[in-house]
Amino acid sequence: MNFEFSEEQTMIKDSVSRFVREQYDFDTRRGIIGSDAGISREFWTMFAELGWLSVPFAEEYGGFGGNAVDIAVVMEELGKGIVVEPYASTVVVFGGLVSASTNTDLKEQVIPSIIDGSCLGSFAYVEPQSRFEMTDITTTATENDSGYTLNGVKTVVANGGTANKFIVSARTSGEQFDHSGISLFLVDAESPGVDVKAYKMMDGQSAATVTFSDVKVAESQLLHTAGEGMDLVDQVMPQILIGLSAEALGIMATLNTLTVDYTKTRQQFGTPISSFQVLQHRMVDTFMACEQTKSMLYRGLCESKSVAEGETDVEALAKTVHALKATVARYGKTIGEEAIQLHGGIGMTDELNIGHYVKRLMMINTTFGDGDFHQKKFNQLSYSV
Amino acid sequence: MDIKFSAKDIAFRGEVREFFATEYDATVAAQLSGSPGTDYKSAIVSWQKKLYAKGWIAPGWPKEYGGTDWSATQKFIYETERGLAGIPDVVPFGLKMVAPVIYTFGTEEQKARFLPSILNSDDWWCQGYSEPGAGSDLAALSTSADYAGDNYIVNGRKIWTTFAQYADWIFCLVRTSKGIRRQEGISFLLIDMKTPGITVKPIVTIDGKHSLNEVLFEDVSVPTENLIGEQDKGWTYAKALLAHERTGMAEVADSKRMLEGLKQRAAAEINGGKPMIEDPVFQMRMSDIEMELMALEYTELRVFASMAAGGMPGPESSLLKIKGTEISQAIHELQLQLAANYGGALPSELSSDELGHDFAAEARGKYMYGRAATIYGGSNEVQRNVIAKAVLGL
Repeated sequence: MNFEFSEEQTMIKDSVSRFVREQYDFDTRRGIIGSDAGISREFWTMFAELGWLSVPFAEEYGGFGGNAVDIAVVMEELGKGIVVEPYASTVVVFGGLVSASTNTDLKEQVIPSIIDGSCLGSFAYVEPQSRFEMTDITTTATENDSGYTLNGVKTVVANGGTANKFIVSARTSGEQFDHSGISLFLVDAESPGVDVKAYKMMDGQSAATVTFSDVKVAESQLLHTAGEGMDLVDQVMPQILIGLSAEALGIMATLNTLTVDYTKTRQQFGTPISSFQVLQHRMVDTFMACEQTKSMLYRGLCESKSVAEGETDVEALAKTVHALKATVARYGKTIGEEAIQLHGGIGMTDELNIGHYVKRLMMINTTFGDGDFHQKKFNQLSYSV
Repeated sequence: MDIKFSAKDIAFRGEVREFFATEYDATVAAQLSGSPGTDYKSAIVSWQKKLYAKGWIAPGWPKEYGGTDWSATQKFIYETERGLAGIPDVVPFGLKMVAPVIYTFGTEEQKARFLPSILNSDDWWCQGYSEPGAGSDLAALSTSADYAGDNYIVNGRKIWTTFAQYADWIFCLVRTSKGIRRQEGISFLLIDMKTPGITVKPIVTIDGKHSLNEVLFEDVSVPTENLIGEQDKGWTYAKALLAHERTGMAEVADSKRMLEGLKQRAAAEINGGKPMIEDPVFQMRMSDIEMELMALEYTELRVFASMAAGGMPGPESSLLKIKGTEISQAIHELQLQLAANYGGALPSELSSDELGHDFAAEARGKYMYGRAATIYGGSNEVQRNVIAKAVLGL
């Protein structure tokens, strides 16, 4: 039994960590967010050159062949710098779905383009009415002679403004909330009938409302057998939730460190405010919150490894990742709010980095289901007569 | 990143499971859970003697004094299996508290004299640390031991002394001189409870039971050969012991078992025609606890893994006591909540038929006595002070 990272994982971790420390300071990040693109293409090319974009992909497609631990290592370090480049949406989510696809031709075509940095992908699944329920889909894909015709609206599509490829969930059969009958299509952002309205979100990352009006999609762009899209999503979801939670952990640890350091320097009543017991105990509580989140992440990592090796059942892992996302929600909120409170007035300013870390945590909370959503799912799996 | 045990460790786990399944039978379990007509002392002593006969009574001791020579992994597996089987831990005062001080700091004579009867549970020990004026601030203790040639004359009061009413011996921190720092001038004395001048007064706790006591010392004569180590250096020995007391306080396996019991009761309790386990509010309360426990299980594994690798427990170890006790209290609270109207009923006033629940009295007792968990062993507030200083550098 051990909780150490392998040599390769340590190398990736150090590499991302060095980038964040040396090249991604707060002003650089602010400049990127303020630019037209909203992300840095140069940095993205650099990520490709450093091999970060290849981490989760199979070696036969030119990938690194990494697992959930490798993804978590990268995401945690990116979180420490609240990096806005779309690693989560392109590599973890979009890339995860492509990797799980049963369409080999499509994989051969798309994965190398993710790895070389030319493909920015996004999963378009949220609809105006759907809240967090992924099966609440009204977008339709109607079969025709040459393939399918897509109609519908997807909203708050992560990095929708920069993505050149979407994976779109659409109903090929069944009723609005049915688990079956949902299909996943790869759609080019430039396809006729695709309208992208991009906007900024509070964490500085971009999103978009994407409207599909009679968009023609060939059958070869289906990721899997028609109607079984949710099976693919369910299969990839643990990895997605683990990746986002790892990013959140990096943010939480950073907020705690910044807060502890600040209280040691901030003088009031003639003494550093870190000497006040009431503040000390609050910082101990946020320290414990972070450690518990880390333990839950490690639980997810160990279990996803043993699921891959056929030793843990999928339901146990599903339970754990629901618990993980709910824990991230709860403790992320605690840590974020305490960081602002303990910084006092300066913590309220846009100029300081604290609020920006907090806003990214808030965005992670509502991405792929908030804390209550996942706790309810956890309850459904855990409690019955 | 891997939590697999070796084949050898898995085989060991099987051996432990089999032993517990065979030896910890329904009779022993009933006696230890306080079924009517049994007395706790004889029940736990007879269980400890079984462990002694098996050679498993003191996994933490060095082999030469009667320990098991188990690896860190084996000790962890043993403790986990004990908790999962619902078996109470051994009474810690002799086996886990004073014995390590004796074999670490005691003389050869003291080891030969005290360790065998701790190991076979013939002697019952209790702990004389807290005083009316020295709780969390233990260094404020004032029980005095005046050196008088061949002996010390002890005067003072110890309080919150668990099971002093059963004890043959008490280990005490006493003041032998006034040092510059309060921690100096404290000595570690072993005192025979039969010595004239010792009075044990019961303290009934809010669960209606008697496990705590006040122990009064009036001109109690203690031979100098019962002093551990050097006079005035007792604080050092006690500190080593307190660190020992804090490990193993997460009680993850015990809490997992309690939580399973809670789910079973929640499935059986009907409220408005539906089992409580399907009540959405109660589900949220249960999962608040269960998720925290799932995380704590891995926090404990992280601590254990770093110790098994020969390292020191990292900063995560310091939260085991705080989180572990908070979780067990939260489970007790939900057990009592399940008992609903019967939570306040006294078994001495109502028969179990009239009571309507077979678990209400137990649930209330555990809830009430369970409040102590965040007070003893260094209160959780003191633990937070420790983390603030030692981990966060505040």
